[in-house]
Parts: sequence; C-alpha cells; structure tokens
Amino acid sequence: MSNVELQHNQAGLVQINRKKRWRTNASWKRFKKNKLAVFGAIVLITLLIVSVLAPILAPHNPYESTKGELGLFDVLAPPSGEHLLGTDSLGRDMLSRIIYGGRVSLTVAFVAVMIATFTGVLLGVVAGYYGKWVDTVIMRITDVVICFPVLFLAITVATILKPSLFNVIIIIGLVSWTTMTRLVRGEVLRLREMEYIEATKAMGQSDFIIIIKHILPNIMAPIIVQGTLQTAEAILTESALSFLGVGVQQPIPSWGNMLNEATSIMVLQFKPWVWMPAGFAILLTILCINFVGDGLRDALDPKEKN
Amino acid sequence: MKKYLIKRLLQSIPILIGITIMTFAIMQLSPGNPMQTMIDPKISSEEMQRAQENLGLNDPLPVQYFTWIKEVFTGNLGYTVKTGQPVGQLILERLPATLLLTGTAFVMAFVVGIPLGVYSATNRFKAPDYVLTVLSFIGISIPSFFFGLGMIFIFALKLGWMPTSGMVTIGADLTGFAKFMDYVKHVTMPSIVLALPTIAVVMRFTRSSMLEVLNQDFIRTADSKGLSKLKVNLKHALRNALIPVITIFGLSIPFLFGGAYITEHIFNWPGMGSLGIQSIVAREYPVIMALNLFTSILVMTGNLLADVMYAWADPRIRY
Repeated sequence: MSNVELQHNQAGLVQINRKKRWRTNASWKRFKKNKLAVFGAIVLITLLIVSVLAPILAPHNPYESTKGELGLFDVLAPPSGEHLLGTDSLGRDMLSRIIYGGRVSLTVAFVAVMIATFTGVLLGVVAGYYGKWVDTVIMRITDVVICFPVLFLAITVATILKPSLFNVIIIIGLVSWTTMTRLVRGEVLRLREMEYIEATKAMGQSDFIIIIKHILPNIMAPIIVQGTLQTAEAILTESALSFLGVGVQQPIPSWGNMLNEATSIMVLQFKPWVWMPAGFAILLTILCINFVGDGLRDALDPKEKN
Repeated sequence: MKKYLIKRLLQSIPILIGITIMTFAIMQLSPGNPMQTMIDPKISSEEMQRAQENLGLNDPLPVQYFTWIKEVFTGNLGYTVKTGQPVGQLILERLPATLLLTGTAFVMAFVVGIPLGVYSATNRFKAPDYVLTVLSFIGISIPSFFFGLGMIFIFALKLGWMPTSGMVTIGADLTGFAKFMDYVKHVTMPSIVLALPTIAVVMRFTRSSMLEVLNQDFIRTADSKGLSKLKVNLKHALRNALIPVITIFGLSIPFLFGGAYITEHIFNWPGMGSLGIQSIVAREYPVIMALNLFTSILVMTGNLLADVMYAWADPRIRY
C-alpha cells in the first residue's frame, strides 16, 4: 500500500488529486470496518446535536433554582418525573445542567484544540521547513515546555490568571501544542527532502505556497489524528481544572465543576445523581473521541498502526 | 554507549536552564508582590521602598533570576507566604508519602499490564482480546477524579471494605504486621486509581510489541522445532517484546507523579500532590513554583532515563 503512495508522490503534482481520492475511499472503508470507531462517531454526533439544540432540549433553565410543591426550593431532590436526573444542592435541574454542561465542555475543548493545533502546526512547519537556528530555537523551547506536565502547568497558570471561560480556553490551548509541534516538524523534515518539493522550488514557487499547497495537504492525516486525540486530552484537562475549582466557574455548568459537589461526603454517599451523570458523560465523551481517533489513525495512516 | 550517555546528558543542560527560566517567568506573572503580603500594613511607603531595594526586588529581572537560581542551587526554595516555613522542607516532608504511592502504582502498572498485554496478544481476534482492548480504552479515558470518587462510593461507603481516605488509621496505635496491613488497606484504592491509565498503556504497548515479535521468523522456527506454545511465547517472544516496553518505565514516572496531584487530593493522601492542591487553594505561589520546578525536572529525568534505558536494552538504537 505504501508503495503505491510513494510512486504517486514521486510522480509529482499532477497525481496528487488522484491519490487523494484513492486514499479517501479506502480510508472511509477502513474506518467503517472499525466498529468501535463507528460507535464513537455516532455517539459524538449525537452529543454535538444535543449541545447545539440545548435550549430546545433542556427541560428547565440550568441557572434557575426550581421550587417544589410547598414553595420551597427543591434542593438535592432525587430523580423523578419532573427532574429526570434530580436536582443539585441549589435546586437546579441536573438533566438541563448536564446538557448545557456538555455544550460548555465541548466548546472549551474544541476551541482550545483549535488554538493548540494552529500553534503546533505553525511552529512545527516553520521549524521543519526552515531548519538551522530557527529549528534549534523552536525545538529547544518545545523540549522545555514538554517537561511541564500539562495538567499541572494548566493548574498553575489558571491559579495565577483570573478564572473565566475565556482563560480556561486560552490556558488549555497554550499548554498543549508541544506534541503537535514535534509531530509536524518530523513530517515536514521527511517531506522537505522529496523530489516534488524540489521540483516546486525549481519552478520558483514561494515558500508560503509550497507550505500551504504542497506540504500541509500531505501531512493532514497525522494532524487530524493528533488533533482528535488532543480533544480528548483537552476535555480531561478542562474537567480536572473545573473539578478543582480553577476552571469553568459556577454558575456556568461544566461537567467538571458538577463533579465538584461530590467532594462533600454526604453528596458522594447519598446523592449519587448529583455527580454520577456528569462523570459518565465525561467518560463516554473521552472514550468515544479516543475510539474515533484510533479509527482515524488506522484509516488514514495504515503505516502508523500500533 | 558511554558517548551516547554523555551526549544525552549534555543535551539536558539547556533544557534544565530553560525549565528554570520558565518557572521564573511564571513566578513573575503571579499577582501581588511578596512584600505586600508579608509586611505590616502600617509601615510607610518610603520604608517599604527601602526594604524592597535592600531585598533586591527593584533589580532588573535577569539579576533577580540569577539571585533566585543561586538560592535554588543551595537548596533554598523560598518560604511559604502564610506560615514562613521553608518550602524545601515542606516538600521533603511530603515526599515519602508520594514515593510510597507512586512506587506502589508503578509496580502495579507493570505487574498487571505486561501479563494482560501478553494474554491479549496471544489471543488476538478472540473475545478476551476485544474485551481487554475496550477496557484499556476505558482505562485511558476515565478521569481519575471520577474513578476515584466511584471507588470511594462503592468500596468505602457502600461496602465498607476500604477506608475512604488518608494513609493510616487515625488514633490507631498499630505495630508490625498490623501496621503494614493498615497501610496496604489505605494504599490499595489510590494506587489502583493512579495506576489504571499506565496499566492500560503498558498493556497496549506490550500487546503491539508482542504481535510484532510473534510475526518474526525466529518464532516460526521455535514453533516448528516443536516447542510448547507457552515456552515460545514467554521465553522467545516476550523477552524481545519487552525491549520497547522499557521506554514506558521512564515515561510513566512523570505521568504517575503528575497523576498523583488529583489522586492524592481525592483520597486525602498526605503527599506532595495534596500539598500542591492545598497550595493552589491557598494561593501559596512559592510552593506551587517549587513543585512545578521539581515536577518538570523529574519529567526531564524520566525522559532521559527512558532514552538511556532503551539504548542500553537495544544496542541498535543510537540517535
């Protein structure tokens, strides 16, 4: 398989489109065969739809404390017909908060990964393509940043900055670009030596055009796979930050800060509906993203298997 | 080997310097000036200025950096804002508990992960392999705080088999074997929570490495010689399959120390991790910075160890 690909690459620009179509079809077939990946994709699409339609689907206002029959706030009520997943310690409907929380958690993860991917790809391409001292400087910085565990670095920065939705996104984005940089640099180094790039250079194309049109399209597969896996990581980081109280702040619901209530042993032991659904929501989402990421890797990049 | 080791050690020097610069930079970003929090508010602003001058707080940043780095090298990591305790001492007090927990988790990760990986590989495309694959995905996907809370909920609160938190039973004056059992009881749940993702990674790694080795010619030779399946798998295949797994040894060290923050917090384990979380809540920047420095140097050492061990185990590798 890799043989065919190589021939196409060496054949040059004219063949790129055909190769791409060939790869897309075969990739899709391989992806469809991976049952876990398909399952993951279906669950994630459902989650996305639920998040988009949150205002329509949520039975209650996630910010409002609901009142029970006696006119008192319905605090920590167990699941019932009125509140399918019960209410939290302020009497807010849990199901609605889960739905809105997913919206927040997914948005944070998605935007943060966009930032991380953009930074990572940019630095990786520049380092790999220009080489020499640019490469040295960028990669030494990457070596340093990679030494700080993502979660702890995120916690530290989150403690220093004022906690807000915007800051959480920026923090996660800015601490998780290192793996992407290393990956992209390696790929660019490999491609840079290819004959078709040399040919493009001989034709007098600018560096920018070469990078955008001839290098990036050929390294999209590993970028997509890494980006997907990074999203799982970002959700995990966001929920951990929010769980510790330095991420998304109340009253904005996020799956992480909903689990924070379980730090009270009373809630943990006797009100499992307050913390379990959010926990399972995080687990299911990350699990499905990992399924999809793994499926994509097998489908797009068969060489990289295992 | 020696040349490689020296080269690799020299490479870590700029990284080490980078780590200290980055820690210093983050420290500069932290709000407030140590003077404002530590000094009597009744003091006049002129006196404050003079004190700042004397303490070198008005020096240019590079000068401040070198002053700081000199102190760090002599083992002075600063003092806590509230109690004035030396940070280095505080961390050293908490270190043994963390080492116990991460050590237990480390052993558990490999003792459980490697056999599962071998089992999964030798049963490829059969039910156990699929089940283990899904389980390993869950292992890397479950947030440690949720898993920890779930364990406490089921095994401590509902079933009452395990203590909910801490490292020893408070007030119990145990000795000898009873003390050891008390420790085992307390360490079981946190170490499982801490080890789970690493177990999953070790398992996946062992599995794919085993599969690769099992495809090779010498395994077919061993098979056709009529050796038993068990002997081929364990004696011929596993030995070779374990070489790449060695890299996980080094890489898992920082992962376990990083994971210890949340796990220790959940189980109220009196180690460095819960110290870190407490410092975050109390906004104890000197402690947070020292822990950052400590953890990142640990990660660097882990990476170094992984590379060196890999090169030692497989003489073909030299890069």
